[in-house]
Amino acid sequence: MCGIAGVITAGGETASPEVLSGMIRMIRHRGPDESGVHVEPGVGLGHARLSIIDLAGGRQPMHNEDSSLWIAFNGEIFNYLELREDLIKKGHVFATNSDTEVILHLYEEKGADCVTYLNGQWAFAIWDRNRRRLFLSRDRLGVRPLFYTWAGKNLVFGSEIKALFVYPGVTRDLDLNGLDEIFTYWCCVPPRTAFRGILELPPGNSMIVEAGKATVRPYWDLEYEDDRGAVNAVKETEYAEQLLDLLIDATRIRLRADVPVGAYLSGGLDSTLTTALIRRFTNNRLRSFSVSFEDAEFDESPYQREAVRFLDTDHQEVRCTAAQIGALLPEVVWHTEKPILRTAPAPLYLLSKLVRDSGYKVVITGEGSDEILGGYDIFKEAKIRRFWRAQPDSRIRPLLLRRLYPYLEKIRDQPDAYRKAFFHVQVDPALEAFFSHVPRWQLTAKLKSFFSDSVHAELGADTSYAAISAALPQRYASWRSFCQAQYLETKYLLPGYILSSQGDRVAMAHGVEGRFPFLDYRVVEFASKLPVSLKMKVLDEKYLLRRCARNLVPTSVQARHKQPYRAPEGSSLLHAAAGGYVEDLLSPARIRRDGIFDAQSVEKLLAKFRRGAAIGVKDNMSLVGIVSTQLLLHQYIHHFDCKGIAYAA
Amino acid sequence: MPLNEELRQFVTDNFLFGRNSAGLADHDSFLDKGIIDSTGVLELVAFLEQRYGIHMQDHDLLPENLDSIDNLARFVGSKLPRN
Repeated sequence: MCGIAGVITAGGETASPEVLSGMIRMIRHRGPDESGVHVEPGVGLGHARLSIIDLAGGRQPMHNEDSSLWIAFNGEIFNYLELREDLIKKGHVFATNSDTEVILHLYEEKGADCVTYLNGQWAFAIWDRNRRRLFLSRDRLGVRPLFYTWAGKNLVFGSEIKALFVYPGVTRDLDLNGLDEIFTYWCCVPPRTAFRGILELPPGNSMIVEAGKATVRPYWDLEYEDDRGAVNAVKETEYAEQLLDLLIDATRIRLRADVPVGAYLSGGLDSTLTTALIRRFTNNRLRSFSVSFEDAEFDESPYQREAVRFLDTDHQEVRCTAAQIGALLPEVVWHTEKPILRTAPAPLYLLSKLVRDSGYKVVITGEGSDEILGGYDIFKEAKIRRFWRAQPDSRIRPLLLRRLYPYLEKIRDQPDAYRKAFFHVQVDPALEAFFSHVPRWQLTAKLKSFFSDSVHAELGADTSYAAISAALPQRYASWRSFCQAQYLETKYLLPGYILSSQGDRVAMAHGVEGRFPFLDYRVVEFASKLPVSLKMKVLDEKYLLRRCARNLVPTSVQARHKQPYRAPEGSSLLHAAAGGYVEDLLSPARIRRDGIFDAQSVEKLLAKFRRGAAIGVKDNMSLVGIVSTQLLLHQYIHHFDCKGIAYAA
Repeated sequence: MPLNEELRQFVTDNFLFGRNSAGLADHDSFLDKGIIDSTGVLELVAFLEQRYGIHMQDHDLLPENLDSIDNLARFVGSKLPRN
């Protein structure tokens, strides 16, 4: 796992090695083991390496036999051994044992189609000297990041935005439309980012840059063709066996590394199962890692301990306090490079530090399962809302809502009349395509009331979710509502928040690579064809996966209700031990100078927190969103330091 | 401060954070206007109990009592001791 950066110059001039080195220096945390730069007329490639496969031979940028192809690669190709064997049979000669070289030879063989043969997580750039062409690609689900922008006629790219900002002529401004999207969906709709003019190569896409033009093309997308036939016991057993076989193989190939592989163990079904599957393939002691909280509302350590006993791992945990979360947020935002509405990335940042300090740089984790196998409460909530909508006057149907969110005490205590209103049993017919997500998006969009008048004036009012509407595939309308909800989660929140702000960015901040068996494309494609009833049977989430997990995970972990990973929120930022930066960033003078938020509203929000009256989700998301936006302005717009990390307020 | 004004001040400060207060009529529904979020009603109840010494029963927690400044004023007025 690594970081990449580079430029393709329209006039064919040679890129500056100093500038490329400066770009790589900004993302050195992604690859602290080695770094390298290659420049030639028309192109410059840079690489920061985290050595995991072929420690001695995998140096980058790497070239093929005649140096006509050069690659800078961030990621892992898990099926590289099989691909290598095929390529050798076809006459390719390898100089190293790395997966990087496999991509090069596969590109020689298949051209841009090479990515369809890869099973892995990647962002890479190949310079094709003979064709004067740069080929950029990003993995199917967006595990690894890749950003680009134009500096005049030169295309500049990199694993992180901060590397792009080092390149001369790349401007640094917030993109208000990007901010608007984050304050609605929690993430930007690709290719937009939080910075004006900086674009993200969307997951499942490749880009060819030649003759000064860039062409982005999808090579893979989610497709739901759920089996709508009757599911009898025999068929259900077949599906369970197939899913388990796929997960076993997805885990097996993710253990390929020349360094030891550890495991995140959250105490939930997904990571407990992936850890159990790792145990099948190794006789060595397995190291597992988790985060726990001093506040019992968020803590899952009893389940973690049970899983550790059951799976017999060597376990280490980091106990996270509210004060730590507050103190760490500036560093976290430096890495997320976008505003965040929840503090949840901060404890994961601490966790990756624990992994790194323990001498590990690769962990297997359970992300992706909730999206592809139907684990999130938003799926359950939509199902109940639809059931209720069929008989809106029913007194019994809304009672099902009490089964939702048993871990959120404050919602459970709400009077029924209010719960009904909040859960939007009826939605505007024009928004029917987003039935599942309207309550979340409408709640989040309320945070925009904190925007200043000038920001409101520039953005205008859009309540139609135009950005996502425009990006929906035609076939979306033909999918079942459950699959539509899955698509929205998997296409947007997964890469835009879960795999980035809670994934790649906070793990790679400490040079730790996550690997995700549930996001093996074979597992994803299999899950998208499953009967919906096997994902959520009545209201039992991840039904088929639970069946697979029988005998593999502790009974208590199997039976527990899905608890989304959450962390102490807004008040942690105002903790006395957090450093006091919030007071500075949110002072009326500062807010007015920066111009994004309304100073009086922010002052009233702070006052509400100070008197302990801010208990709602909206207030907490507002404070975290405002503070992280102000941090982003401070770190990236006003005080950006090309020489290294500058995040102190 | 008259009861209506005091209630308006609380709603404006706590749920609108000082914004759009001019656009909020006394009869406007907090739910329809999206003013109160999923837990806002709990904040409202805590305020009424603390400020006016009212003990709220489960059957009091209805939009008819809590969903506009007019409804709140009527409800609070009915609970306050009469001189």
